[in-house]
Amino acid sequence: MAEEELKLIDEKGIRNDGRKFDELRPIKIEAGVLKRADGSAFLEWGENKVMAAVYGPREMHPRHAQDPSRAVVQARYNMAAFSVPDRKRPGPDRRSVEISKLMSEALEEIIFVEHFPRASIDIFVEVLEASAGTRCAALTAASVALADAGIPMSDMIASCAAGKIGGKVVLDLGKKEDNFGQADVPMGMVPTTGKITLLQMDGNLTMEEYKQAMELAMDACKEIYKIQRDALKRRYSTSISTFEETNDMEEE
Amino acid sequence: MDDKKKYKRELLLPGDMIEEEGVKPGRGTFKKDNKIYAAKLGVKTVRSGYVNIAAQSGRYDPRKGDKVIGTVTDVNSSIWMVDVNSPFPAVLHVNDVPWRVEFGDTKSYIDVGDAILVKISNVDELKKIQISMDEEGLRKLNNGQIIEIAPSQVPRIIGRKGSMISMLKNYTDCRIFVGQNGRIWVDGPLEGQYVAVKAIQMIEENAQVVGLTDAVEEYLRKETGKDLELERKKLE
Repeated sequence: MAEEELKLIDEKGIRNDGRKFDELRPIKIEAGVLKRADGSAFLEWGENKVMAAVYGPREMHPRHAQDPSRAVVQARYNMAAFSVPDRKRPGPDRRSVEISKLMSEALEEIIFVEHFPRASIDIFVEVLEASAGTRCAALTAASVALADAGIPMSDMIASCAAGKIGGKVVLDLGKKEDNFGQADVPMGMVPTTGKITLLQMDGNLTMEEYKQAMELAMDACKEIYKIQRDALKRRYSTSISTFEETNDMEEE
Repeated sequence: MDDKKKYKRELLLPGDMIEEEGVKPGRGTFKKDNKIYAAKLGVKTVRSGYVNIAAQSGRYDPRKGDKVIGTVTDVNSSIWMVDVNSPFPAVLHVNDVPWRVEFGDTKSYIDVGDAILVKISNVDELKKIQISMDEEGLRKLNNGQIIEIAPSQVPRIIGRKGSMISMLKNYTDCRIFVGQNGRIWVDGPLEGQYVAVKAIQMIEENAQVVGLTDAVEEYLRKETGKDLELERKKLE
């Protein structure tokens, strides 16, 4: 019913928010926004607003959860009560526990966890405004916050979703497209190596469609990666310019 | 010095390839497929055959030989556990202090909550940190105050060849020690301490401002009413 009334994509391939099939929503990232966190990032992705904070590496508590050979990566994804039109009941639920686990596992892939035995690296992602694709936004913001925190890692993760609406494969589903579309494939990857660290699918795609979706999302990730890098460069550009004069300093 | 100047100061991000011939991977880097990459956000430096990344942010990474300020968190009959602002606790053994300590008498020398000036004597693969106090200049810190700054800003507080720190000392008549872990001990006349702490905060907040040394000197001159330049001339 709803699908018939709501035209998600027209004959010319223009979506209901005016985007083309392979177009991302506008993304804005700012690094180092929180003073007391070791690293942080604020990300706006279309209507989504996400704040990520990183603490650590620090001594892990509770002690029995320590791993003597590596650091434990603890990501926590949380949606604010006011992040959606109808108030969300605060606290962890099935969905946010899932996304937290997903993020921890994706980020473990890039962090050199073996450098910090017995420690924990804590990542907190707060979704302030949600409008489809928050897990990708959260993962993207968390990567920037980790780099800002000076945590050794092999690369950053960029994340983006692709999906299917009105029988067509499109990139970065919006709210309506997510709710009334036919499939949603969020994925996260390391853009320089092409390694996939997150992949889920909701709905059905044929093999051909799936390949198309992956292609779209992978290209988008490379674009997002550039935005992530720009955000970090902007944050540190001023301190670098004076680095030269203060570099060769000795201890007291 | 000139040799180092040749390298362009460029911000490297995690995963960036370091284009450098005939060097070994040092701190903050990793090697993959015979190429060296940056593991941290920072600036490349080359020293004695190794490329390192000088981190621009992050927590203190303990390193052998660093002099740091620690606070004692636990005492037992033969060791002190010390927090040196790193993700891992450090151990100070009775053999590594300048006194002859009777077994079980550790508490009467250093107790929980005391601040001590120590040197990191070893960090092993499991990140167990051993510290030592048995060296000239290392001691228990009895008076004054300790403030904390970001460990990445420590070189700026010290200044080139110690210029910033000696200026602070001269103007405020304070004894100041900057630990590599970002903790700074300040002791001296109260007014001097106040000015020194303010000046250190000013340096940390404005680390990227051009001509910071002059701005800090101006501030110190105003606050302390001293003019070292004038005094120097008088002596002549």
